[in-house]
Amino acid sequence: MPQLEVDSIHTSYGLSQVLFGISLKVEPGEIVSLIGRNGVGKTTTMRSIIGLTPASSGKIIFEGRDITNLPTFKISRMGLGFVPEERRIFPQLTVWENLDIARRPAVNGDGWDEERVFTLFPDLKDIQGRAGGVLSGGQQQMLTIARSLMNNPRILLLDEPSEGLAPKVVEDLRAQVKLLKESGLSIVLAEQNLNFVLYLSDYCHILEKGEIKFSGKPQELRAQPEVLEQYLTL
Amino acid sequence: MDMLLSSPSFAFIQVLNSISLGMNLFIIAAGLSLIFGVLRVINFAHGVFYMFGAYIMYSVTKEFHMNFFWGVIAAAIGLAVIAVLIERGLFQWLYDKEHLMQLLLTFAIVLIMGDLAKIIWGTDQLSVSYPESLSGATNLGFTFYPSYRLMLCIVGPLIFLGLWFLIEKTRWGRLTRAATQDMEMLAALGVNVPVIYVTIFLIGSALAGVGGSLAAPINSPTPGMDATIIVECFVIVIIGGLGSLWGSFVGALIYGFVFNFGSVIVPNWQDVFAFLLLMAVLLIRPWGLFGKPEREGH
Repeated sequence: MPQLEVDSIHTSYGLSQVLFGISLKVEPGEIVSLIGRNGVGKTTTMRSIIGLTPASSGKIIFEGRDITNLPTFKISRMGLGFVPEERRIFPQLTVWENLDIARRPAVNGDGWDEERVFTLFPDLKDIQGRAGGVLSGGQQQMLTIARSLMNNPRILLLDEPSEGLAPKVVEDLRAQVKLLKESGLSIVLAEQNLNFVLYLSDYCHILEKGEIKFSGKPQELRAQPEVLEQYLTL
Repeated sequence: MDMLLSSPSFAFIQVLNSISLGMNLFIIAAGLSLIFGVLRVINFAHGVFYMFGAYIMYSVTKEFHMNFFWGVIAAAIGLAVIAVLIERGLFQWLYDKEHLMQLLLTFAIVLIMGDLAKIIWGTDQLSVSYPESLSGATNLGFTFYPSYRLMLCIVGPLIFLGLWFLIEKTRWGRLTRAATQDMEMLAALGVNVPVIYVTIFLIGSALAGVGGSLAAPINSPTPGMDATIIVECFVIVIIGGLGSLWGSFVGALIYGFVFNFGSVIVPNWQDVFAFLLLMAVLLIRPWGLFGKPEREGH
């Protein structure tokens, strides 16, 4: 049984429908990615899974339980973490306070706390007292991931983590996400940065206009540059 | 005016009068400001909550012949219960509606609770006695000062410290501050935001109740006292900055001094001075002394 199963969800913002039957599966420890241009439905897929924009039809099953219509905080407490594209650091809280509000002990006891978060993101340790609103883009990205880890999720929805970051920072981030995967965390990754996403993913879905147009392993995608060309370049 | 200059002890008493008035108002205004800061609701019914606090004090001490202290506790609990019923029953459906709907609802509550108060307590001015232990005057060395008002000068800062500690130094306070900034993200981190909302509404309303119960011996409970207090609270929180705890503390002190010294210097002009001050703040710093300019959009 997959850890997360999204079964043909349709999602709308008011009258405008954004997702038209998205289905995907995530096995434990996998990185499954959503690839596509802006506005194709990557973020909406994640918002539907975490319950911020609930799907109007279809089903979302997490570890055997139907979470389609649960409120967001309950979905989060079940073990789903959401790292939004805009990072959404609480600007008037310090770095440490941003981490503290997300603190939730792991089910099996051996989880993430500040100490462990700082070993993954050492840069955060020295700026614990700084307000979230004054951090650089790279620091914000680290903090938003670190904050979600304090929740001790078993699956992380990671929305465009590399967006707007300097190449060196993206490189570090790639290594850090890889470490997360190696720690056993499953990840749904939305990305436009191909190097980043093909390096990390076990399985990829290419989205366009709210539908999945292509699914396959990274090596299959690499073998079909014309597919990437069609759905990713302008 | 002459008295102020010629008699230091008279001037000092006026200073204490200003502080005790300011501190009583702070307790009420802090509740209004707290509710706005987190829920983004301007609760016009805050004044009527204050009035209920004063009436509850009357009932507890005069009708049930219980201690003044229990009157304060009963006012706090009574308003907390009313607040939970109103928030869960009515307010929670209006957070994502336009502000006008919320204002209309709070105004409806003002009318309904105002009439309820008339049904329960009548329309006469009621009198509440000072608690026995605080009914006299305290010797300050060079002058005597009413013990009850001195108590207000102490209780106000204590409540300020308590609220400050709760908001700045506890994890619950951190969650509350996060909720004012991004409640959607907070929910995605597993926090049950509606529970924070109802708790804040409860605390803010209980403060109105406590403020009303403490004001009862000074301002005898009477219909219409809610209208006066809500205007005073608005002046205070606008001067200090809506949503800021420091703002309501300093704003209440400033209001206390302006109102009190205004009435000593030019009798009956105290409201004029208070509103001139309000206008000056609105012209020079519309977001208040301790507030932050509202960002465009959300």
